[in-house]
Amino acid sequence: MTHIKSKSGISVRDLHLSFGSTKVLTGVNLEIEPGEFFAFLGPSGSGKSTLLRAIAGFGPQPQGQILVGDRNLAGLPPWERNVGMVFQSYALWPHMSVRKNVAFGLVEKKVPTRLIDEKVEAALSLVGLLDYAERMPSQLSGGQQQRVALARTIVTKPDVLLLDEPLSNLDASLRVQMRRELLALQRKLGLTTIFVTHDQEEANTTADRMAVLDQGVVQQVGSPQTLYDHPENLFVAGFLGTANILAGELVRSNGSTRLMLETGEQLPIDNEATGTGSLVLRPQNISLSENSEASELNGVVSHREFLGAQVRYLVDVANTQIVVDQSHAVDQPILDIGFRVGLVINSKSAVFLPRGQKQHAA
Amino acid sequence: MDTTTQDAGGKPGIKRSLTDRIFPSLSGTALAAIFIATLLFGFLILPVAKVIYVAFLDPNSGALTLQNFGDFFSSSLFRESFFNSFYVSAMSVVLASVFALPLAYITSRFEFSGAMLIQSLGFIPLIMPPFVGAIAMQLLFGRNGSINLLLAQYGINIPFMEGLNGVILVQSVHYFPFILINLSTSLRNIDRSMEESAQNLGAHGLRLFRRVVFPLAAPGYLAGASLVFIKVFDDLGTPLLLNVNNMLAPQAYLRISSIGISDPMGYVISFILVAFSVFSLWASFLLMRGKDYATTQKGGGGLSRRKLSTRENIGAYGIVIAILLLVLSPHIALGLLAFGTIWSYSPLPDGYTLENFNTMFGQSGQYIKNTLIYAGAAAFLDIVLATAIAYIVLRTKIVGRKWLDYMATAALAVPGVVLGIGYLRTFNDFEVPFVGKPLASWWVIIVVALMIRRLPYALRACTAALQQVSQSLEEAAENLGATRSRTIRKVVIPLMSGGILAGFVTSFATAAVELSATIMLVSSDSDAPLAYGIYLFMQTPSGRGAGAALGILAVVIVAAGTMLAQCIIDRERKARTGEH
Repeated sequence: MTHIKSKSGISVRDLHLSFGSTKVLTGVNLEIEPGEFFAFLGPSGSGKSTLLRAIAGFGPQPQGQILVGDRNLAGLPPWERNVGMVFQSYALWPHMSVRKNVAFGLVEKKVPTRLIDEKVEAALSLVGLLDYAERMPSQLSGGQQQRVALARTIVTKPDVLLLDEPLSNLDASLRVQMRRELLALQRKLGLTTIFVTHDQEEANTTADRMAVLDQGVVQQVGSPQTLYDHPENLFVAGFLGTANILAGELVRSNGSTRLMLETGEQLPIDNEATGTGSLVLRPQNISLSENSEASELNGVVSHREFLGAQVRYLVDVANTQIVVDQSHAVDQPILDIGFRVGLVINSKSAVFLPRGQKQHAA
Repeated sequence: MDTTTQDAGGKPGIKRSLTDRIFPSLSGTALAAIFIATLLFGFLILPVAKVIYVAFLDPNSGALTLQNFGDFFSSSLFRESFFNSFYVSAMSVVLASVFALPLAYITSRFEFSGAMLIQSLGFIPLIMPPFVGAIAMQLLFGRNGSINLLLAQYGINIPFMEGLNGVILVQSVHYFPFILINLSTSLRNIDRSMEESAQNLGAHGLRLFRRVVFPLAAPGYLAGASLVFIKVFDDLGTPLLLNVNNMLAPQAYLRISSIGISDPMGYVISFILVAFSVFSLWASFLLMRGKDYATTQKGGGGLSRRKLSTRENIGAYGIVIAILLLVLSPHIALGLLAFGTIWSYSPLPDGYTLENFNTMFGQSGQYIKNTLIYAGAAAFLDIVLATAIAYIVLRTKIVGRKWLDYMATAALAVPGVVLGIGYLRTFNDFEVPFVGKPLASWWVIIVVALMIRRLPYALRACTAALQQVSQSLEEAAENLGATRSRTIRKVVIPLMSGGILAGFVTSFATAAVELSATIMLVSSDSDAPLAYGIYLFMQTPSGRGAGAALGILAVVIVAAGTMLAQCIIDRERKARTGEH
């Protein structure tokens, strides 16, 4: 029970899916490794849940291939796929006790009755709910229902595990705890898992790799760190964390590169590229100096937010507003609104996205 | 919570109302609660208690005894009636299920273009009082009715309407929408993920239906089925019009009306009717407890629907149209009877005419006028009481307020015959001042009976309406200086108006065609309402046409009322969702 050790990865090849005439997924290609914890991240309506449901066999029939291991799932009904899915609402049947809920899939698989009890109890103790076997779902808290839903799925030894926004119905404090437990359980079972979420923190903290989706198109695939540090397009840059996105033209002269902003200012940039495009600049990679005269770029503080570990300033530089995060130390004074500051850019950490490498559109 | 419950005594700095000064310890709402409790006690609890008490009373000595029950069960007629009532109710549930199950299943599981047809036509039987269709059904399905006349060419005669069969057919045709409505709602409230998670774990087809879908829908089915059982068990009008007297309710009526109000058998039967109603309601409550299976999530909803192939679609339409034709046959037959000249020993009337309507309007002006007065007054009183009860239950902390709700709702478990008998027994000796008549034979008692009988409907509408009024709206008014009573008048009631109006219309429409309580209480033809008029017309073959015409009028009243109530509710809902 505790060692499923999935040998199956998941391959999605050139998948297209439409609801009637509305295209929901376009040309999706993904290779998910066996045992990987993989996240689908995207805003609502990006197609991430639709993609997950397509793997489980729900929703309209897609074009293209879905392989689990080397088994092609195309055309198989949901009940023949052996793909475990935990629903956003948990979908525990209210007329069955916890035990019966968990036993359901085993009964369908015609597992002998004697073994069913054993397996159900093993699964329930794995999620720490053995004492709750005789309760009805309505007598459980949200977190407990979630665990029962998990136990109900993994007890059937699915090839892969699909989690559809599993934490969205829990309150904030429980969410953090649950995502740790979820990851620990996944590691223990070694079960290839896809986790759908719209919350980047959830994806960042759990996933080995993730796919960012928007408008039914995979925008970028990679580890959380890769996607944050090296976004391939403006959507990924803007969706993960906060970013200043400055449009302009990179011009080389006298051995140095400057970004000529569309609004007229110039920024010295340590970058080999040239041409028009956008510069992605994280707020923490800009620092403020009180001596505005010494800086090449300066502006006026127009807004500030004290966030505890850091202070977030909005600085008006001519017609552009730039977000700057300054880490905060005890008793360090906070700059007043209206204060004139210089901006120092750590341009090594800036990413330049040449025009034409915009978002992948459907 | 606390801020809205400042009770009694008045607030400092605000002028005290008159009632506060007279009864310093009682608020207006508490006085209203006491008044309503008294009213319900006097006109519901007391008469029913009296009926039950008399059932245990020796008619000669006045001592408590079980002898009446011994007499009841030693009479073969009563034993037969008891068995018949039980049999007819159970079979009506079975037959009603046969009509309702396919309709509910087809509309909720498949993408079926006829779903709208079912939604609208499937509920039409409810808007016709069952006894109205009873005679018309004889002409279609009776021994010499249209169907059997057509079948006679092949030497076949099906006894659709013979004795108890007729009652079962008429009742199940009339009451099956209760099962359809409840079952459809249950099916609609099952979230798609309930089914998908079962499929994900390997279940499909019949196993999926048996293990997940049916258990989740079962509470709705049981609710509908128990309602049908009680309604049929208690109904007086249909067996009476079909001349099936060997059932409990008709026996009670006949004993009281022919032998008199001192005959104990009417009371014994009443006791049995009440006991069965209470038992059925209690049993269905026990079965339903903790089984609120509405699982739909926000956004999602309903089971996934499968497309039908062309052949399946034709089959589905065939089933649906056959069922709908059958359940709409009372209306068809009633129409033929009302617009036909002579209809006897022939599949269809000899000719068509409007003469029946002329006769009807010529002779039934009094009935129609009485009905409008009775049903109007009863419905008006109902919404006043229901609004007050809803407010007291939901918004005050008055001790025992829940009991007001229970008492008012208990009227559902009291058959009309029983209430009628209770009123006769309780108020026969009560002389109304200045009228010179006992209260039991004064026309106002009919209004009171209708009011009590329809109060649960109005109460449900008003409670639902009040639940939708956010308490913060009242708190805002009070915060701005409005007193409790002004808040109720200026904020609560205007916001409830849609629900109150819907409650009025429902109570009015159903009170207009009530027969079982009124038939006991009508003391002269000049006091009779429309439903009683239909009953009188239908007693003679020559009066049938006019009776049917009056029946059409009744259907039109109920239909218009139902549509109006639905429109009001829809408009309210739209207005409400439009705000967000």
